[in-house]
Amino acid sequence: MTAPLHFHTITELAPLVAAGHIRSEVLTRSCLAEIAAHDDALRAFITVLGDDALAQARALDAEIAAGRCRGPLHGIPISLKDLIDQRGVPTTAASRVREGHVAAGDATVTARLREAGAVFVGKTNLHEFAFGTTSDDSAYGAVHNPHDPERSPGGSSGGSAVAIVTGMSIASIGTDTGGSIRIPSAACGTVGLKPTWGELPCDGIVPLSRSLDHVGPLARSVADAWLLYLVMRGDATAARWPLPMRRATRGLRLGIPRAYFHDMLDDEVRGRFAESLTWLRQAGAEMVDVTIPHAAWTAPVYSHASLPEASAYHAATIAACPERYTPNVRLRIETGRYLLAEDHARAQIAREVLRADVDRALAGCDALALPTLPIPAPPIGAGTVDVAGTPESVRSMMLRLTQLFNLTGHPAISIPAGSTEAGLPCGFQLVGRRHDTEGLLAAAAACEPHLTA
Amino acid sequence: MSDWLIEDWLASACADADRRGLPGLKPLLSALADATRALRAVDWYEALSATPPAWPSATRGLPALSAVEGKTPGDGEPR
Repeated sequence: MTAPLHFHTITELAPLVAAGHIRSEVLTRSCLAEIAAHDDALRAFITVLGDDALAQARALDAEIAAGRCRGPLHGIPISLKDLIDQRGVPTTAASRVREGHVAAGDATVTARLREAGAVFVGKTNLHEFAFGTTSDDSAYGAVHNPHDPERSPGGSSGGSAVAIVTGMSIASIGTDTGGSIRIPSAACGTVGLKPTWGELPCDGIVPLSRSLDHVGPLARSVADAWLLYLVMRGDATAARWPLPMRRATRGLRLGIPRAYFHDMLDDEVRGRFAESLTWLRQAGAEMVDVTIPHAAWTAPVYSHASLPEASAYHAATIAACPERYTPNVRLRIETGRYLLAEDHARAQIAREVLRADVDRALAGCDALALPTLPIPAPPIGAGTVDVAGTPESVRSMMLRLTQLFNLTGHPAISIPAGSTEAGLPCGFQLVGRRHDTEGLLAAAAACEPHLTA
Repeated sequence: MSDWLIEDWLASACADADRRGLPGLKPLLSALADATRALRAVDWYEALSATPPAWPSATRGLPALSAVEGKTPGDGEPR
């Protein structure tokens, strides 16, 4: 290990913590020092739990000294998106609407992570109420991308991705309603997993659109994401150590959907994705072109499915204190109030069609492969971005390749796959079969070593 | 529902936005109207009932695409 310890993966650190060679208190202090040094500029955190995190770490170190190890998460400093309840700590959702809120208890996923020995260093910044893809609109200030502070880290779980890249926490937990784990993962260069819809409990998490919401990990490796997923699933297999071996790359069969998904890509993103496929092919993976016939309708189906759910949740507060929302988020919530019920119902039927489309595309494949983001991280505050000479809405571009799998519920993961010439990360997205998130993780682990030059 | 009814809905929604002092809502409502037109261009019930084609010729047998070929559905967001 040449990098500082708090820049390593959970799977690298866990055996050292378990053996008492590294103390959790040291790891936690290192993460807190990074927050103190860099967070004024990056705004990755809304709440930092300095003393509390150190107390957690010391208690977990004492358990190791007494011969008790809870498993591979024991003593590992992580962060939670500030949409997820941690008992005794505010859940702000990055909004002034929730000023004064303190969580009475843990979200189920928080409780499971706590029981597994995770140390919570703080609550990360996000796009207000997760209702955006850039992390620009936050009552606590826009989050900045560490690769270029003038650019967005993506969103809505932007602070979580920034925390991992900068050593402020070793992993983080985010949420994903249209891509909010995978988008910042791609923009910042982390791994981000959205499991199959419904696998991980969302109680104790502020909803955006309940039928599209997912909770999941952001991490430094597929193995780390896998481990966090197992712990949050509450499965006894979370105690498995080491993790199951990844499957062989040779013989891995990847479906490549091109129509719609490759219609609007930044040239450098297109180039990195093509390189990734070349490297995977050289490693023995097979590629087959597949079609998702109704993919071009993803965006209108998504807006008609998601907006009314968000507006319903916010109905009372948008009426009582509209001025407490950031202006863009307020307008999005208001838009959903005008949508007709029959179109919401139409969108629900369309989701079934899209789900069948994706199921069919996956038949005969281990996973679908596509870029995560069609563009590199956009400038903070930009409303449009140039794609192949045409100005396109940043929000539309950010959601374009991820939101389909929220509509259909398929598990999806973003893995770092090189950078642009300016040093902005690109993401490689894999989509697996519904209810087979571990199959997706196995495929992702097989691809991961071949995706960076 | 035909386009003119969407236009009627849009006019009514924009008037309400003005009445409520939210003129910034109108571009979003207009984009939502575009998205609604795109959504309604497909008979989703018919698409759902179509027999799934055998992989990998996944486009065979699914109706309604030809009715809207060449259109790029919007997403409810202003460009």
